[in-house]
Parts: sequence; structure tokens; C-alpha cells
Amino acid sequence: MRIGAVTFPGTLDDSDTLRAITAAGGEAVALWHGDADLRGVDAVILPGGFSYGDYLRAGAIARFAPVMGEVVDAARKGMPVLGICNGFQVLCEAGLLPGALLRNAGLHFVCRDQWLRVENNTTAWSSRYEQGAEIIIPIKNMDGRYTADAETVAELEGEGRVVFRYVGANPNGSLDDIAGISDPSGRIVGLMPHPEHAIDALTGPSDDGLGIFLSLLDAVVTA
Amino acid sequence: MARVVVDVMPKPEILDPQGQAVARALPRLGFSGVSDVRQGKHFELEVDDSVDDATLAKIAEGFLSNPVVEDFVVRRVES
Repeated sequence: MRIGAVTFPGTLDDSDTLRAITAAGGEAVALWHGDADLRGVDAVILPGGFSYGDYLRAGAIARFAPVMGEVVDAARKGMPVLGICNGFQVLCEAGLLPGALLRNAGLHFVCRDQWLRVENNTTAWSSRYEQGAEIIIPIKNMDGRYTADAETVAELEGEGRVVFRYVGANPNGSLDDIAGISDPSGRIVGLMPHPEHAIDALTGPSDDGLGIFLSLLDAVVTA
Repeated sequence: MARVVVDVMPKPEILDPQGQAVARALPRLGFSGVSDVRQGKHFELEVDDSVDDATLAKIAEGFLSNPVVEDFVVRRVES
């Protein structure tokens, strides 16, 4: 089971993402932004960070990287793709997920442990959780306010495509407390909080994040 | 060569906390009478005469702005 994690210039969380893939039992494959090559992976993760310094808009330049052409093609053919934080922003800019992520409503960088509720446990990246489970994983971003037009939000809510929702105080002004969403197939998921930083109680607030990586391995095995 | 200006603004219905922060600061700084501020981006492009309006629109819509949350205006100005 080969799971890739892409490194862009300015990516920060590729190492933790590769480590989380390994911890879940997958073969972690480092992918490079400049190579239009997915190295035969079964799924791709776009990790967090500040690709291209967030110049122009978060994710706006990364979406044009050579590797992204391959990611978009593979995603459209059904390959599971996860975007975490900056990776979520890249997926929205690339049009693989609807909406956009804007400056936090409070204008502060938010870095804290955050409770989330798993609203949909039928996606490729959330099947290991109980429906409605509450999990705690870190959030750390400047541009995490999920925004979309009312029609898009109604569609996401109506189709169960809000996968993760903030519990307690909304950290950034996201519409409907949305922390993570999926495409209609449930194979493409993006979320702002960082499951890869919560795979071991020694180094994170919990090991609640590991379920995302274990879910993906289940999805690839049964695919 | 010509100078082209592209102004990108958050759509009217999009919350603009940066603009709000500026608006709230003004009375504290002694400036009254400013009821609202919206903050956007201003790009100045030096372009060859061969670059047509359709290409400029593609640049503005596909890269300089995110049409999901932003509007843009492209203007050719005297260089």
C-alpha cells in the first residue's frame, strides 16, 4: 500500500505525514512538487504548511505545480486524495473541492488542540471513526475560515459532505462550523486541523488522528 | 508595452475582517466619517501589445483572483 505525501516549497508537515502513514501500516512515499510523477502510489496526501509562502492566496501557486496535474488526473479517476490545512487550500484552489479558505475571522494565527465531530464516517478517510465521534487534534492556521456560497453549503450539508465539524468555539469563523468536507464520491477530503500531529499521545494531544490514515488503508485494500 | 491594472476585491457578501479592522481603527486614530472599508489587491502588469483582453481576463480570473470569493476588474492605463 503506497501512500504519497507531496512536498512543495514551504511545506512543513510532510515529515509528520509520512510518519503517520508508516504508523498506520502504509508504505510512505515522498512526492516532489516539481516531478509530474506519482511514483505508483495508491493515494496522495497534500500536507500542511505555507506552500510558496502563501503568496497571492494560500494554495494558489501550488495548484499549478507539475505534480498537481497528476494529482488532479488521478483524483478524477478515483484515487483517494487528502488535503490537510494548506493541502485543503490547494484542493479548493485546484477545484477538486468546492469553496475557499479565507483569513481567520479573528485575524489571529490560531494554534491549539481542537475538538471535532466526525459527521460522516463513510468517506475513504473517516471510516474508522464512529459516526458522531468527537476527536481532539491540533489546528494551526491563519487562513482556515471555510467559505462557499449558500447553495454550495446547502449541497454539502444535504449530501452529508461535511465530514468534520468544529465542536465548541468556532476557531476561525468557518461557515456552519465546517472543519472538513469531501467531494461527492467521498474519496477526496480536505480538513484544516492536523491529524498527522495526533497519532501518538507522547507527541500530540491524543492518537485520534491516526484513524484517518487507518481509514484510508482500509479503503485502498477494499477498492 | 502597456500598463494593465487588475483590482481584486472580496465579493460583497464575503466577510472581510481585515477591512473591518481598518474601519474600526480609524475613529481611534481620530478620523471620523468613514463608515466601511473593504480590503482587496491591486496588481500592475506591464504587458506587450500582443496580449489581448481575453488573455488578460484569463490571467485575472484563473490566477490573480479566486472567483469563488473575489471579483476582479481589468483596466488598461497609460504607461
